[in-house]
Amino acid sequence: MADSTKTCTLEVFRYHPEQDSEPSLQKYEVPFSEDWVVLDALNHIKGEMDGGVTYRWSCRMGVCGSCGMMVNGTPRLACSTFLKEFYPSPIRIEPLGGFPVIRDLVVNLDDFLEKLTRVQAWLIPKENHPEVNGALKQTPAELADYKQFSMCINCMLCYAACPVYAQEPHFLGPAAITLAHRYNLDSRDGARAARLDVISSDPGVWECAVIEECSAVCPKGVDPASAIKQVKLEGATDWWRGMLIPKEKRGG
Amino acid sequence: MEAYTHDVLIVGGGGAGLRAAIAIGEENPGLSVGVLSKVYPMRSHTVSAEGGAAAVIKPNDKIEYHIKDTVTGGDWMGDQDAIEYFVNEAPREMLQLEHWGCPWNRDPDGSVAVRTFGGMTVDRTWFAADKTGFHLLHSLFQTALKYNNLVRYDEWFATRLLIEDGRCQGVAAIELLSGQVRPVLARAVILCTGGGGRIFPFTTNAAIKTGDGMSLAYHAGVALKDMEFVQYHPTGLPFTGILITEAARAEGGVLVNKDGYRYLQDYDLGTPLDYRDPNSGHPKNKNMELGPRDRLSQAFMKEFDRGRTIPGRHGHVVHLDVRHLGEEKIMKKIPFVRELAKNYAGVDPVHEPISVRPVVHYMMGGIDTNRFAATSVPGLYAAGECACVSINGANRLGSNSLTELLVFGAMAGRQAAQFAQDHELRGKESLIRQAEDEQRRITQQYLTKDGGTESIAGLKAELNSTMEAGAGIYRTEATMRTTCEEVQKLKERYRNIQLGDRTHSFNTDLVAALELGSLLDVAETVAQSALQRQESRGAHQRTDFPKRDDEKFLQHSLAYQTDGEPRVDYRPVVITNWPPAERVYGR
Repeated sequence: MADSTKTCTLEVFRYHPEQDSEPSLQKYEVPFSEDWVVLDALNHIKGEMDGGVTYRWSCRMGVCGSCGMMVNGTPRLACSTFLKEFYPSPIRIEPLGGFPVIRDLVVNLDDFLEKLTRVQAWLIPKENHPEVNGALKQTPAELADYKQFSMCINCMLCYAACPVYAQEPHFLGPAAITLAHRYNLDSRDGARAARLDVISSDPGVWECAVIEECSAVCPKGVDPASAIKQVKLEGATDWWRGMLIPKEKRGG
Repeated sequence: MEAYTHDVLIVGGGGAGLRAAIAIGEENPGLSVGVLSKVYPMRSHTVSAEGGAAAVIKPNDKIEYHIKDTVTGGDWMGDQDAIEYFVNEAPREMLQLEHWGCPWNRDPDGSVAVRTFGGMTVDRTWFAADKTGFHLLHSLFQTALKYNNLVRYDEWFATRLLIEDGRCQGVAAIELLSGQVRPVLARAVILCTGGGGRIFPFTTNAAIKTGDGMSLAYHAGVALKDMEFVQYHPTGLPFTGILITEAARAEGGVLVNKDGYRYLQDYDLGTPLDYRDPNSGHPKNKNMELGPRDRLSQAFMKEFDRGRTIPGRHGHVVHLDVRHLGEEKIMKKIPFVRELAKNYAGVDPVHEPISVRPVVHYMMGGIDTNRFAATSVPGLYAAGECACVSINGANRLGSNSLTELLVFGAMAGRQAAQFAQDHELRGKESLIRQAEDEQRRITQQYLTKDGGTESIAGLKAELNSTMEAGAGIYRTEATMRTTCEEVQKLKERYRNIQLGDRTHSFNTDLVAALELGSLLDVAETVAQSALQRQESRGAHQRTDFPKRDDEKFLQHSLAYQTDGEPRVDYRPVVITNWPPAERVYGR
């Protein structure tokens, strides 16, 4: 239970397309507890103070990826961000940067799902192995090659942190590239070339200066920046070499 | 009103729903499939499953062992024909997942690794570290992206099944973005909406686990089966209820009371072996910490009664100690346990024991289906936690639920595909009219209604509190009766609800109100079915009827909706080759 003697201020981004011509910040004074995360405070506001405050959440254990939002300007999961980290200062809560706002803290993610489909982020087997033939072998070392890139929970914090995505919404972005790369590295997969085609033809990849904002905010310790770096290297050594040089030679 | 139409509509985009969708795509790519979910599919609660998924694969294992473990684990309440099918089909499904890229842990030779799990005779739990559900869900979701015949309705909330011509032919659902109710029609419908653990205050279940699909089926006249069987997982983090996986014990973790004593030995769960001695045989299958979840949670309550648990800031706890595994093994096998304990309990399990207590985790009961995933309404199927086939009986064994959602998700998909090929959509105008009625009902009952005095959060808190009081780990006539009465009063008061948000676009207050309606339906069936089962079996333990009573209650309960309290009928359990016997662990 919250300690009733202490309170904490949340400034929550509010925007309702049916009612507001522009967004505003609304202040709420909520009870403070050592145990509370930002999500607990939002649930308190919604249940006890203002049923209109709108946000997504579900697992509240940092794995479903629903509750990404900007906390004092940094992309965070609300369920994993404790109030005590900021107390007694006010906490500003805003929707994830770089995405269209649907209402309050809810943003539209359709763009990411389209990109995930475009990069073919699923296993395309090397040869046709019907399941009756048994499990494909994969050594622990082969598993380790891609495992960390498979840990992405699609929370979109990396997109909100990405300076390229902010300028260039067509950029495939850190998570989609990471998940494509995850399958490229999987010993069972045979579609690396097709995925590299899609990724290398995205100008955003080459604009990424790998300043690693995406990796810094990832709540799961996935390293999208290193995935992008590796993809660029691969692109430069095969497909991209073939494209880049002739293009330059073409001149005007 | 504009209607969307598919051959098959799946409500729910978690493990079972996505497996069903892929099964249809494989069966007949020409069929159009809709997947309608109140959240983006990858947010579904399958994502939180940790420990693993059971299937016979290793040479030392046998199909018969897995069947017997499941029958015994369920205290003979599971239908044995369904269990036989489930166990036989499990390896094929798990291999299929492997071929879809699931990153299963591996043995050094590259074959799939397995770990032991509670109540299992032989190591047979496939795992992806301790994020098995996460990897399973994302593998399915990413695989589903490649099917062009699949249309997703992300963030749509189904409020009513549309029944016409005696068949289920779609749903009325709110498109959250616009707030509009729309008919989504189909020749066959599959419910894969998960359980309803949120009827309780302290649960591992995500916020979305509100029993919506159970409620939809219940209103359509389908029975909710075996609802009294609610699983408490023995190791949840206090306050948050976050799950600390059984894999922590499968890898060698031990449970101790305030004296550092491995108390499970006092509750007929076997003899402790020295966990510090690598040659002692610890952890031993079906022994001590690897007993079934119901028995371990019950042991905690008895230990509490004896004053041997540890008082904490959020109720009494015992200690789960994994320190002796060492950092390397913890990071390889149960890294998520460490992450969760550090983040949410401020404890690094490499150096300190984790405080844990039993927490509501899973509903064995659900929508009454046969082993073909079919309900009593033609064209309506169900799979996953929302369904009760039943394979889990009175207590589910850990790592059977992920396998179940694959096996019966696939079954539901194939059966629904066949049904859709054999039946035309009939009575479209009438189906659309039903959706228009539903639009009016939601508007009048929630959005334009004035003068309500009850709050969603207030009613939900009262519901949670009465369910914990009357339908917890140990139950008795008087408290259950009170809970049944309380739930009926809450249903009455629910009519007088007042929303804080009466707008249309992305109205999560409306969703919460509708979810509360589902929770009340689920709660009344749990409480009433529990009250009427005058015996103790598996997760249903009564202090006033402490023995199992096969003569009277080797029967599934079937709760039907009425104008008042649910009516409970019974149907005999299917017994094939495993007649009821004593349920023995640790000896």
